[in-house]
Amino acid sequence: MGIDLPLLWAIIILFGVVMYVVMDGFDLGVGILFPFVPGRHDRDLMMHSIAPVWDFNETWLVLGGAGLFAAFPLAYSVVLSALYLPLIFMLVALIFRGVAFEFRLKASEARRHWWDKAFMTGSIAAAFFQGVVLGSYLQGIEVVGRSYAGGALDWISPFSIFTGAGLVIAYALLGSTWLIMKTEGTLQDTMFRLSRPLLWALLAIIVVLSVWTPLLDERIAALWFGFPNIVLLAPVPVLVALTAWGMLRALHKRSHGAPFALTLCLVLLGYAGLGISLWPYIIPPHITIHEAANAPQAMGFALVGTLFITPIVLVYTALSYYVFRGKVRHGDGYE
Amino acid sequence: MNALTALDLARVQFGFTVSFHIIFPSITIGLASYLAVLEFLWLRTGRMVYQDLYHFWVKVFAITFAMGVVSGIVMAYQFGTNWSAFADFGGAITGPLLTYEVLTAFFLEAGFLGVMLFGWRRVGPGLHFTSTVLVALGTIVSAFWILSSNSWMQTPAGHEIVDGRAIPVDWIRVIFNPSFPYRLVHMLLAAFLSTALLVGATAAWHLLRRNDTPAVRTMLSMAMWMLLIVAPVQAVVGDLHGHNTLKHQPAKIAAIEGHWENVPGEGFPIYLVGWPDMEREETLFALPVPHLGSLILTHSWDGQIPTLKDFAPEDRPNSTIVFWTFRIMVFFGVMMIVLGIWGAIARARGKLYTSPRLLHMALYMGPAGLIAILAGWYTTEIGRQPWVVYGLLRTADAVSPHGAAEVGLSLAMFVIVYLVVFGAGTAYCLHMLRKGPHAGEGTQPVEGGPGQPRTPMRPMSRAPEPLPDSTNASS
Repeated sequence: MGIDLPLLWAIIILFGVVMYVVMDGFDLGVGILFPFVPGRHDRDLMMHSIAPVWDFNETWLVLGGAGLFAAFPLAYSVVLSALYLPLIFMLVALIFRGVAFEFRLKASEARRHWWDKAFMTGSIAAAFFQGVVLGSYLQGIEVVGRSYAGGALDWISPFSIFTGAGLVIAYALLGSTWLIMKTEGTLQDTMFRLSRPLLWALLAIIVVLSVWTPLLDERIAALWFGFPNIVLLAPVPVLVALTAWGMLRALHKRSHGAPFALTLCLVLLGYAGLGISLWPYIIPPHITIHEAANAPQAMGFALVGTLFITPIVLVYTALSYYVFRGKVRHGDGYE
Repeated sequence: MNALTALDLARVQFGFTVSFHIIFPSITIGLASYLAVLEFLWLRTGRMVYQDLYHFWVKVFAITFAMGVVSGIVMAYQFGTNWSAFADFGGAITGPLLTYEVLTAFFLEAGFLGVMLFGWRRVGPGLHFTSTVLVALGTIVSAFWILSSNSWMQTPAGHEIVDGRAIPVDWIRVIFNPSFPYRLVHMLLAAFLSTALLVGATAAWHLLRRNDTPAVRTMLSMAMWMLLIVAPVQAVVGDLHGHNTLKHQPAKIAAIEGHWENVPGEGFPIYLVGWPDMEREETLFALPVPHLGSLILTHSWDGQIPTLKDFAPEDRPNSTIVFWTFRIMVFFGVMMIVLGIWGAIARARGKLYTSPRLLHMALYMGPAGLIAILAGWYTTEIGRQPWVVYGLLRTADAVSPHGAAEVGLSLAMFVIVYLVVFGAGTAYCLHMLRKGPHAGEGTQPVEGGPGQPRTPMRPMSRAPEPLPDSTNASS
């Protein structure tokens, strides 16, 4: 048949991961920012701003996992066992955070701070370990035959710790600009104040990553700096610079919506950069999407349902964000 | 005692996380159908008790749905993190089946759940009822995919082995593999029974405390009808499932019965109790009922089945464990039948709502369905050993190449977090059950829905009760 199933599935999974990063990123960011906002009422508002959406955001993570299993079981098995501990830490943190979110709302005044701490710690840990997973994935995974051949702690490296911290910063910026869009008054002022240093930190991280990632692997260096790629790919760093400049202006003019939109652009550009570095490998640095692809009848079978359901889910998601637009205020009924 | 190996720990971890997980979908499946029945009766009769009960139980449904989603995230990753060789071997079959389950859940969450939880009095009664029915169907479809995937591991069919991996040849035969229909019906009935027992226990608790309202009485009455009719049906389905297992996995049946050898020409007994000893290859302290095994499993006085000794020692499941888990399941199953009959007798004598002894039994039987589900699953999963995919892939060959330390660490974390998180969730559910249904709850639209902070995407927000202090994280 004429369809390149592995390519199609790679696109679907990349799309799922983008959806996850974009959507869960800002609500994890809101949790990361909790330490900077001590007031009970402002914290209520922060929770309120993500309450209608956070749970569904995480379902993209489940679809990503299941899709990877259905389409690239080899990658699913090798990558997930290679990154065993950071992935488990991330899952545990996400569970803890999600349930803390719900119980915080139902807890009494006296006990609420416990759930606050659980929510904060869970958010930071989930973001950090996602970054660690990303970093060690980029560094490459040792494979012999069809299974992981590295050690249990291979994921700990300066590079992966750096990407972990980097993702916490990126999510924090997504969170702060989301809150700029969704709140007003003192909370919004706080977020404007926080966004500028966060933006500079994120830019620094992007610059360091742009240098560090090609150093990991000659292939990545050749990919970015060889001719004619250096010309074809030049728009990526240029766009990053332009977006950052626009963002600084938007923060200066105190725009409400633009900072969040531009942060999303930055994150997507960073993501595109990493995607270009990886392509076409699904288990870097040796196994490509076509080598890891499942049997065509398995990919095709799973594809039917995915192509049928995903658009419905997308329409519904868009609709619920649409009806939930606008600022959140005190006294909106916070339960 | 020998130190646990990484394989043991990975098995314990899977057993632990899946045991927690299965409780929530079981209740969700049962409650969704119960809610559909309640709403149907409300539309049909217009009696307020049905509406009150709907609004009481929909909150419990929302909590268990949320807990099921949360504990399910781990399951979506665990095959890769802990069972990578299985994920590679069976990915062409298990991967798509699990994807369909996730898609079903997505589809549900994205639409009808919202109308069901927050659409009361905002949409017409017909649309609301349709949504409830579709959610109930959705939970059953989810179970369909999961059980199909599990059954394929028990009785693989419709595949061929290419380069050491299972590749689907005929999806219909993969999905409807030999043990699947039995397992599906058995599990769905188990979910219905467990829910009926929870509903009945809640009613009994309130009646014992003189909270005697029409809604509470209706709960007990419906639960008892359910047990009376479905518990015996479940026994028949269980028997059929057993015969199916005998045909496809005789070692599992031999282990369940602690049946080591046949005496030529003679029937074999059922041991009511006993201690199958895997080393000595005999069942100690056995209390046999002669010929009963032949009667049940072969429908003849002298029939014989394969014994444990017919299988090499390394191919035998652990008889000590499954012997007992099976008996625990059967014991509770029989108690359900007893409770159903007792309820019917008490009803005939007009004492259903007042007999303290009956109410106490109904109360204590509250968790029995869930215990039986867990015991049944331990039986079928441990009875499948030493295979993870029966006859094709051994569990020892399926595990990821991890050391005991890292699996032990992750297991410890799961235990701590699950106990805190699901402990709080269970305490919250019990707290809500203690409050009981109150009249007139459905006369107002529910706060929340699209554009509100309480939404279907956070099903738990459907339950507004505050968390009692005693169940908070700090306690």
